[in-house]
Parts: sequence; structure tokens; C-alpha cells
Amino acid sequence: MAEHRKILSNRFDVEDAWTLPVAERHGAYRLARKAVTAMTPEAIRDEVRAANVRGRGGAGFPAGVKWGFLPKDADTVYLVINADEGEPGTFKDRQIMEKDPHRLIEGCICAMWAIGAHVTYIYVRCELVKSIRRLEAAIEEARNKGYLGRRPFGKDYPMEVHVHPGAGAYICGEETALLNSLEGKRGEPRLKPPFPAVEGAFGKPTIVNNVETIASVPDILEMGGKAWSDISLLPESFRDGGTRLYGVSGHVKNPGVFEAPVGITLRELIYDLGGGMLHDDRPLKGVIPGGSSTPVLHPDHVVHAPAETDPLHPWHGKSHLDVPMGVDPMRGIGTMLGTCCAIVMDSSVNMAEAARNLMKFYKHESCGQCTPCREGCGWLVDVLERIARGEGVREDVDLLVDISNNMMGNTICALADGTAMPMLAFIQKYPEDFIAAIERGLGAHTRLDASDASGASGASGRAA
Amino acid sequence: MVFSLSDEMEKVVDELIARYPTRRAACIPVLHLCQEREGWVSPGVIDYVAGRLDMSTAQVQGVVTFYTMYQKEPVAPNVIWVCRTLSCDLRGGRSIQEHLERRLGCSAGGTSADGKVTLLKAECLASCGTAPMLQLNDEFHEDLDVAKLDALLDGLGVAPLPSAPRAVKAPASEPPPRAASEAPPRMASERPVAVPRPAAIAHREEEE
Ligand SMILES: Cc1cc2nc3c(=O)[nH]c(=O)nc-3n(C[C@H](O)[C@H](O)[C@H](O)COP(=O)(O)O)c2cc1C
Ligand code: SF4
Ligand code: FES
Repeated sequence: MAEHRKILSNRFDVEDAWTLPVAERHGAYRLARKAVTAMTPEAIRDEVRAANVRGRGGAGFPAGVKWGFLPKDADTVYLVINADEGEPGTFKDRQIMEKDPHRLIEGCICAMWAIGAHVTYIYVRCELVKSIRRLEAAIEEARNKGYLGRRPFGKDYPMEVHVHPGAGAYICGEETALLNSLEGKRGEPRLKPPFPAVEGAFGKPTIVNNVETIASVPDILEMGGKAWSDISLLPESFRDGGTRLYGVSGHVKNPGVFEAPVGITLRELIYDLGGGMLHDDRPLKGVIPGGSSTPVLHPDHVVHAPAETDPLHPWHGKSHLDVPMGVDPMRGIGTMLGTCCAIVMDSSVNMAEAARNLMKFYKHESCGQCTPCREGCGWLVDVLERIARGEGVREDVDLLVDISNNMMGNTICALADGTAMPMLAFIQKYPEDFIAAIERGLGAHTRLDASDASGASGASGRAA
Repeated sequence: MVFSLSDEMEKVVDELIARYPTRRAACIPVLHLCQEREGWVSPGVIDYVAGRLDMSTAQVQGVVTFYTMYQKEPVAPNVIWVCRTLSCDLRGGRSIQEHLERRLGCSAGGTSADGKVTLLKAECLASCGTAPMLQLNDEFHEDLDVAKLDALLDGLGVAPLPSAPRAVKAPASEPPPRAASEAPPRMASERPVAVPRPAAIAHREEEE
């Protein structure tokens, strides 16, 4: 039975924890003070490396390793926080910014000291008005208290944190698009290399990290990197430490965000934390494990890792639902951990309709720089719409596969892969839904709320 | 038409510019600030921003057209963005959208006949755990059902439906004709086009 483990989220339920006096009464800024006045930057970097914190923004790159890529002799270094949270199904960073903005700011102070930065930009998607207001207010409080500004905690090391709003573009969550957007340009991804750690914001070395990644730094310093890493349920060899914010939405009784150790299973996320399937008579059909760009998993599919040397061998023969949620295990079963926010779908869902919903998203969000992505996303939607109208032919399934295959590995950024991989998984795992859609179209009978008793009552069946 | 800001707002713009090593980096927040004053990004706003930040009007135009939250034409005083993406759709988001369209008498992308509300479809707004949801101006409204939605629209002064709400559920047997709401998405209006508070003045707002 998976249990909550409230470390990063320990102030979420505290009333008014987003104000400085309350946050401080509950421990905020102790570690920032310690970091800046009593720790060397190297010591902090060592703890973060020992913590094995895999980036919480989706790609799962180890933060300690990323910080090590900064050139040693840089005159100016920037810290940029990715708070664009636009991946469908993902709603975890918002919780931190709304409920405990001081934790993020404290993390920024520790991280700026550790990497030699004086300025942090927090790039928040502009729709998150409450997050922006709370962060702005918290920054002002911290500055007035002398935790930011010319001499934070009395140290002669100026530090500033600024909120930079986005303007509505999912692609600006991609780190190089985000940097262009920060510079006041169109949010188009840049070719890599150079990587941001070498040439990032305003041409300077820049560390881009997700909100949750940086918000966990104070806890890492408090517990010590090794102890924090050991909270993870995964064997040490996976180097994937700590707790994470897990999200669960869709057809569960108790959707929401829960903190738990790295390595709980999807089954635990859905049935323990998520309260089980929304309707007792409708079993699980599929789950998208970590945001819409991560390929869907089928509960009846099992792990195939017969070789004893395979890291996944301990789970050989078990359902995908029983594999620990970690960056590498999820990759091992052909999907990704992504943002760790799962979308749960019950037996009423037609996966061709679910795919159509998501592909419309990607068509809308492709920035258009690369032909395979711009055209591919559009074609996927065109074909799915044709199928939806009942005008599909059998070859359309092959066409969807073909288009997807041609999108992968041929583009500037990972959006195209994040479109093609889930499209392929929907077809491979639920071919019968696509065949049915070609025969009957996608209409009222496949609406995602079609089988709810009262179509017009919105969240019908929501558990109290 | 010429666009200008008050002296107080000019100070906010100076503050924004001072945050970055280049003037141009203030472009996105300054555009938000102007849009909030003007209601949309008018040609005057583009000229103003270009002059203030040492950019060409083409550069500013390029930014404005890239991002969906900048309004390229005037909108109603209230803007509703209803989330259409998967988690919301799984919990009845489409029904919420259809009820909105019925009560407002316009389809997504349009403005109600009384001119009070512009209705737009949004992509995932990071509230999937409280689906279905919509954003009304700056506020999120989550865990929606038709009763909550009606209360919200009543509060905006939107006229009630002439008769009792009809059941919308179509028979689940045969594929029915395509609903109007299933028309191919209109790219320009699918994403929200917001008027958020500019970051610089956000903290001066009343906190709830
Ligand atoms: C299309 C696309 C969208 C992304 N959106 C986000 C996002 O909203 N938030 C985020 O933190 N990372 C996002 N990422 C990942 C970032 O590029 C980057 O890996 C991340 O911010 C690094 O931080 P981390 O190492 O702490 O995870 C996105 C990537 C792609 C390709
Ligand atoms: S892959 Fe798509 S989103 Fe990424 S740069 Fe190319 S066109 Fe833009
Ligand atoms: S899908 Fe609607 S808020 Fe995420």
C-alpha cells in the first residue's frame, strides 16, 4: 500500500503557508540561510549529486550532472526555472507555486549560490495567474526580509528572483524555446548543441530546471543527499532518488497530487492514492503514465526481461502496472516517466477518440520550424478526423503509423517524438479501437463521456 | 491610433526593463501590460512597444503572432476558456462546452449575442485533477457541473435558457450526424487569449 510521504509537500495543508511568516514558522529559509552562510557551493553541488535527483520536468536528467556541465570560468551564469507546466495531464508544479511559493524561492537561493548565479528567472505560463501573484508576493516578502537583494543573509552576494510570464505556447516548456521566449523572441526551440549550460539565456551559461527539481533542493540539504536519495524505493543502481509529486487524473475516485517515494507502482498510484477506478463496474483500460507525450500502457501487458542481467528482470512476467515508477524502469517498458502525472482511462474509452483528442493538441502546439513535425502533426489529425467522420479506410491505420515513424528523430526538438510515440502506442496496444472507428466513425457513441448517465451534468459520477 | 501609458505605468515598464540585460526581453510582460489596458494588442500597442524597447514593429509583430494569449482583435469584457484536453474530456468537459455554447448562443471562438462573453477553447490548463474546468478572465473554476456553470453565467448576467435544459445524450447505438461542435478546430481561436495581470503589478493586487 503506497503511502504519502510529505517532505516537499509538508506545508501544502498549512493554512496561509504561502505567506512568509507562516512558511518560516514551518521551517522555510533555514536551509537557504545555512547554504549561503555555512556551506560552500561545492558542498551543495555534492549533496545534489549524491541525492540522485532526476529532473522533474519530463526528461529525467540528473540535476547534479547538469550543474556539472557549467564552464568553470563563466563570468555570468543564470538560473532559469521552468514553470511552463503545459503538458496535458500535468498539474503538480502549480501546487508548489500556489501553496508554498517560498519553498521554490528558497530552492532558487540555494541553487544560485551553488552554481554561481546572481539572477533567477521563473518562467511561468501566464494562464497561471494565481501562481504568478503568489510568487510575486513571496519574492517581495523575501526581499523585504533581506533574503534576496544586495546582501542575502548578510552575505555580500547579491541575488534576485524575477517572474517572467509566458504568453500561451506549450512549446515554450522546451528549454531552448523557453530561453528564446525569455529573451523576448518567438518561442522557437534552438538547435542543440550548444546546450544551455554552455550558451543559454542572453548567450550566457544557464541552468534550466523544473519547479519541483529546484524546490527539492532545501530538503536535500536538510536530510543530506544520500539520505534523501535513499527514500526512493528503487534499488540504488537506478540512481533515481527521493520523493516525487505524483498526479493522477481521469477515471479515478480521488484525482489529485500526492507526494510519495520514487518507485511506487502505477497500480498503487491508481488504486491506493487515486482511490481506485471511478466506476466500480468499469475496469481500467489504459493509463498514460506521465503526461500526454508518454506512451499509453495496457494493464494486461507484461514485462519481458528474461535475461538476468536485465535491470528489469525482477519484474519479468509482471503487469506494466506493477513496475516501479522511475525514469529508467518506465523507459524499459517502452514508455516514459515524464512528469509523473498519470491519466487513467476506463473501459468506456475508445482509444482512437483519446488519440484524436491529444493529436489535436500537438497540431495546435507544433511551432512549425521542422517540416516532419509541422506537417506530420497536421496529417495525423487530418487522418483521425477522416476516420471520425466515418470515411476512414483500413489503410489509414498504416498511414498513421507511417506518418508517426517519419516524424521521429528528424526534428529540432522532442515535441515531434512526444507526438509520434504516443500515437504509435495507441495503435499498437488498442488496434481494435481503430478498426472499430474505421467501421463506425467516431461520434456520440465514442464520446469520452458517452457512457455517463447524464451527458450534460459534467462531472457525473464524481466521488464525493 | 496612438497608444500611451500613464506615468505610473511607465514606471512599471522601467522596472520590467531593469530586470533583464536587454530591453527586448521585457517584450512579453510589457505586451501583457498594454493588452490589459487596451483590451487587445492594437496596432498602436505594437508601435508603442517597438519604440519603447528598441525593436522593429516586425519583431514585435512576430512575437504577438506566435503566442496565443495576445488578442489580435477586440474581445468581450469577459472571456471564458473552456478546457478541451483529455483529462477534462474524460470527466465531461465536452458537455460543459456544449452547455456554454447553448447558453451563450455562440460556438467556441465566438462572442455571445449580448456582447458580454467571448468563448474560447483552451488546451490543458494544469487543473486536470479537478476536471472539468474553465478559466473565466483570471479565475479558474474547477470540478464543474452544469449547476455550477449556470450559477457562474447567472453571475455574469447571461440570459437563462428559454426552456428547461434538454437532455443532450444521444443514443449510444448508431453514430449520429456530426455535432456542430465537432467542426474542425479553428486554429486562431482554439487556445485562450488572455489578459493576465502583468507580473510587475500582480503582487499589488488584492490577495484573496
Ligand atoms: C515540447 C516540450 C515541452 C516541455 N514542457 C516542459 C514544461 O512545461 N515544464 C518543464 O519543467 N519541462 C518541460 N520540458 C522539458 C524541458 O525541456 C527541460 O528538460 C526541463 O525543464 C529541464 O528541467 P529538469 O531537468 O529539472 O527536469 C518540455 C520539453 C519539451 C520537448
Ligand atoms: S519538432 Fe516541432 S515543435 Fe520542435 S522545433 Fe520542430 S517544429 Fe517546432
Ligand atoms: S486537461 Fe483540462 S486542465 Fe488538464
